Amino acid sequence: MRRPSTFRLVRIQTGYQWKLFWRNPVAAFFTILFPVMMFLIFTVIFGNERIDELGVTVAQFYAPALGMFAAVSATYTNLGISTAYQRDFGVLKRIRGTPLPPWIYMAGKILSAIAVAFIGVAIMLGLGVALYGLRLDPTTLPALVVSFVVGSAAFSALGLLVAAVAPSGNAASAITNATLLPLAFFSGVFIPPQAETPRWIEFIGDVFPLKHFNEAFFAPFDPRRNDLAFEWGHLAYLALWGLVGGYLAIRWFRWELPQGTGSSRRRSTRR
Amino acid sequence: MANAIEVRGLVKRYGDVVAVAGVDLTIAEGEVFALLGPNGAGKTTTVEILEGYRQRDAGSVSVLGFDPAEASRAYKERIGIVLQETAIEPELTVDEALDIYGSLYPRRRPTDEIVEIVGLGEKRRARVKTLSGGQKRRLELALGIVGDPDLVFLDEPTTGFDPSARRQAWTIIDNLRSLGKTILLTTHYMDEAQNLADRVAVIAGGRIIAEGTPETLGGRRDATIVRFRLADVAPDRLPLTPSRADGGVVEIESVDPTRDLHTLTDWALANGIELEDLEVRRPSLEDVYLRLTGEATS
Repeated sequence: MRRPSTFRLVRIQTGYQWKLFWRNPVAAFFTILFPVMMFLIFTVIFGNERIDELGVTVAQFYAPALGMFAAVSATYTNLGISTAYQRDFGVLKRIRGTPLPPWIYMAGKILSAIAVAFIGVAIMLGLGVALYGLRLDPTTLPALVVSFVVGSAAFSALGLLVAAVAPSGNAASAITNATLLPLAFFSGVFIPPQAETPRWIEFIGDVFPLKHFNEAFFAPFDPRRNDLAFEWGHLAYLALWGLVGGYLAIRWFRWELPQGTGSSRRRSTRR
Repeated sequence: MANAIEVRGLVKRYGDVVAVAGVDLTIAEGEVFALLGPNGAGKTTTVEILEGYRQRDAGSVSVLGFDPAEASRAYKERIGIVLQETAIEPELTVDEALDIYGSLYPRRRPTDEIVEIVGLGEKRRARVKTLSGGQKRRLELALGIVGDPDLVFLDEPTTGFDPSARRQAWTIIDNLRSLGKTILLTTHYMDEAQNLADRVAVIAGGRIIAEGTPETLGGRRDATIVRFRLADVAPDRLPLTPSRADGGVVEIESVDPTRDLHTLTDWALANGIELEDLEVRRPSLEDVYLRLTGEATS
């Protein structure tokens, strides 16, 4: 009689969450295809012109920006929504009744989300290279990897924070979309930074983590740079958001709906 | 025989509401024990404290030698839980669900054997979302026993089943009994308790109000009910005091049925009265249950 090893449990849980993600066509569409569509639409509308403020082409800007956006959807949006729905349906309560240590369940969810984020980024960058000759200096690759890992981890923590505070899966869906989409406009993701951007928009972008992820992720693609393109300031700020978000998520997380709300609703939907 | 569950003076409050008001329970190893009671009686709260989902406010609890309040991994490895309000990911197949949940336990029953026990052999590759309600419930039973637990909690295992699905579920639970598992089940159905349980307890108002085998609960074995219909005769003319008389139906509880029947039929013949639909029977478990819970709430 031997307990399954931690490594084995993490591997199985990650694989299970990964499988579930790809079997949910809506999530897969919004995470992977939606940013790809945006990329194609932007490059078609704007042509692959040069953006004067940045000194790069449209594709050189949008491929990393929307790749990063896919990574945030895969972590923040997906973890927030799927975890809250799993609580609604009682999946989390079931897990709580098994010997699985709760942290391993969460580790599986986060690792799977980061793997999905990786796929989203790879597709976007691959498309940029194939269609528009996206360029990346190989010496900046470590900075790209570090930015990806720090950003995905931070947004995973924030996604779980949304799941912790949202009363239901529907609420989590509203919260993630209502925060991410406006922020993407304020953070220079959907619209490249302009010289005449109003101060208050700049300010909102500076406060929230998305812009910092975007800038750290774009730096390796910035042809004007001739260093290793690590944006330590942005990365540190991003990590701080992740740590605070993760701490609060752990403090506030609930594995069950408050008593009296869950069972009656589930009974009515089951029959 | 050792005890699987020992509970003394269990109390649980939610704000000002006392959900469990001093419950004592002793369940032996290998016993099938049914907890009966109306909704809101404290059944689910009691069971969820034993499962480790809730913290108690007072009392002592020992389950398989563990204190469930600590919710330790070693404890969870030896119990199986089948609840009402839990779910299985709808996109998994039956096999996948059994593999994933089975992987969490040190002692794990093979998937082949489990699907056989719960009768889902034909559905192994089917997604959970395509299963019928009864099949889903059987899969939940399967997940409850995949870790080869010593103790299984079953919360209303057949609620919402059609009669044949219930028979199947009973067979499964009977199989678990023959594997030597201790089973604590809650149910609304008296025939379920009658069929499955070695012992039953009735809980109402947060207290155990009666406990015994299904045959002896609430003095069931010692009482007999004489029942008949009486047309156009006031019940107060009867030679015996009825325990129930409404709509022309009269019930007399008797501890000495031979003598009482004689008195009754004598009286009926002497007065030329017909005792329509006369029957003599033991009170069903349901009769006893309704009487006990009625007394507790009135």
